[in-house]
Amino acid sequence: MNKWKVLLVDDELEFTAALAERLALRGMDASTATSGEEALKILETDPPHIVVSDVMMPGLGGMELLKRMQGRYPGVQVILLTGLSYAFDIQEGKRLGAFACLMKPLNIDELVKTIHEAVAVVGEP
Amino acid sequence: MASRDWWNNLRLLDFPEEGSSPQRYRVLRRNMIILMLLVTIVPLFFMALVNYYEYQSRLKEEIVNPLNVLVSKTKHSFELFLAERLSAVSFIASAYSFEQLANESTLNRIFSVMKQEFGGFIDLGLIDDTGLQVSYIGPYNLKGKNYAEQPWFHDVQIRGTYVSDVFMGYRRFPHVVIAVQHRTDVGHTWILRTTIDTEKFNELIASMRLDAKSDGFLLNKSGVLQTPSKAFGAVLESFPFPLPPVSYEASVIEEKDAQGQQILLAYTYFVHAPYVLVVIKQAGEVLKSWYTLKTEIFFIFFGSVLVIFLVVFKLTDLLVKRMRESDEKRAAAFQEMEHTHKLSSIGRLAAGVAHEINNPMAVINEKAGLMKDLIEVGSPFPEKEKFLSLTDSILQSVNRCRSITHRLLGFARRMEVQIESLDLNEVIRETLTFLEKESIYRNIEMKLNLAEDLPQIASDRGQLQQVFLNLLNNALAAVEDGGRIAVTTWEKDSETVAVVVEDNGCGMSQEVLSHVFEPFFTTKKDKGTGLGLPITYGIVKKLGGAIEVQSHEGKGTTFTVTLPKRASEAPGGDY
Repeated sequence: MNKWKVLLVDDELEFTAALAERLALRGMDASTATSGEEALKILETDPPHIVVSDVMMPGLGGMELLKRMQGRYPGVQVILLTGLSYAFDIQEGKRLGAFACLMKPLNIDELVKTIHEAVAVVGEP
Repeated sequence: MASRDWWNNLRLLDFPEEGSSPQRYRVLRRNMIILMLLVTIVPLFFMALVNYYEYQSRLKEEIVNPLNVLVSKTKHSFELFLAERLSAVSFIASAYSFEQLANESTLNRIFSVMKQEFGGFIDLGLIDDTGLQVSYIGPYNLKGKNYAEQPWFHDVQIRGTYVSDVFMGYRRFPHVVIAVQHRTDVGHTWILRTTIDTEKFNELIASMRLDAKSDGFLLNKSGVLQTPSKAFGAVLESFPFPLPPVSYEASVIEEKDAQGQQILLAYTYFVHAPYVLVVIKQAGEVLKSWYTLKTEIFFIFFGSVLVIFLVVFKLTDLLVKRMRESDEKRAAAFQEMEHTHKLSSIGRLAAGVAHEINNPMAVINEKAGLMKDLIEVGSPFPEKEKFLSLTDSILQSVNRCRSITHRLLGFARRMEVQIESLDLNEVIRETLTFLEKESIYRNIEMKLNLAEDLPQIASDRGQLQQVFLNLLNNALAAVEDGGRIAVTTWEKDSETVAVVVEDNGCGMSQEVLSHVFEPFFTTKKDKGTGLGLPITYGIVKKLGGAIEVQSHEGKGTTFTVTLPKRASEAPGGDY
């Protein structure tokens, strides 16, 4: 069985690194990007199944990333992570086609569950 | 000094800015009343006083002057009358010699002419310088009588003429004696004496045309009536009052009569005759117009004072009340503004803090989570259980932090209001289901008085749930087990509906009450965040409503939320 490829985008490397390791422990292929720009590059070369991106980042934020991805990567599901303005981000994210919006700090079980739901939409890798 | 201190204490024009409020408005009210009364009543009083005295003197003059004129004129008539008689007698004394007058037939002829020409003569006689009556024409047989010892004989020898007091003479008619001394070129003296009746006096008195209540008469210098008086009797009765002070000018004095009535007494002394002319008028009668005027002045003055008092008191009350209301409104507006400002700045601060803390917290969360994951999948080692419980408690602590930052953000975040038409009663019932277990467990009576015909309102369901959840949570925290919480809804007016959440719990002090909507103010020590009510307040304001709280320590607390039926623009604030 192929592993689900998950791209973690956050300016806080410590956060993405640890999270990537934890997802790896749960049988996923997690890679990291520290900015929206980097994430876009990775999407060009090696598109993942799932993108988990923080909303608030210096430079290209999660919402902006979502906008750039719109239409170009129909098979890629986006899960947004937000610390602030939860209700607003959910609404805005939904409008821009995000699969879900979760709050930081994360509950790992909730994230894993959401990823599974998202990939269920995508289908088998 | 004392009066100056008193004046300083009064400070009529000062409005005390500090001090307890009721005291301050009382002082203001008192000052305004005193000032207004001073500036109205004092001038009015002085004007009334000036008017009073001015009118009094004018009216007196108007009454007194005619009296004086009348008395002078009548006195003049009297003097003229007496002078006429005297000069007639003088003329006869000059025109005839002693011998001619001593002849009774000549004297008789002269007497007839006198009676004819002047009238009023009763008799005529010649007396020589020894006082012996030489000849006499008249009703008495006085010839040969000697007057040498009589006072009038000396009088006439000193003064040359003599007018007697009135006496009762021939046929009980009042008479007056007139005597003239004649001195011949050779120094020989003799006296011509005549008696006249006083009918003419009465005519002169009558010619004054006094009204029925006034009295006019002649007195001699010892206060005996010389003409009849209406009030004091007939001729030769004595006048009951002391004679007025001697004055040859007509004068008026005020006296009291036997009945104690005020009278005006006008009089004048005669220069050449021993008489005093007196006119008495009832002051009440004369001064009637003055008394009327006095009463009118009095009534107008007191009427005006009464009206001024009423108006001043009403006006001042109204003014001070308005002033107080506007002051209170201004203070309330300031407080509200300050409160809103405080909330929004604290909101921004909270959002910043929450966001800043959130990121490291997320890192800790993932690191500890990874640690736990690794321990779980790794091979057993001596302290494995211990490490697992340590990472668990780190994760729990992170969770606690998370709930705090999320509440902070909940307070601070931009609230997206989703307006829909909803049934407020339904929202409340729904919210109560969250708390059912606790209330049943603690045996708390939940009383619902929901208006069945409550109209649908346009508002945000989620936010309202949050509001009622907060209020009901507070109520649950306040009441003892077995307490009572009541929720009431009703249609307040055509624009708003109201919800009241009432408990019979511990209540709050005034001090606590004044801080109740401030963020981070809590009485629940470690259990509360102090954000429940500020969030509630923010939501209600956002929804265009208002929230009020009333509380009595030990008796309970009442929260009243009013909500508009139609959604309205929130009045600013993005927390």
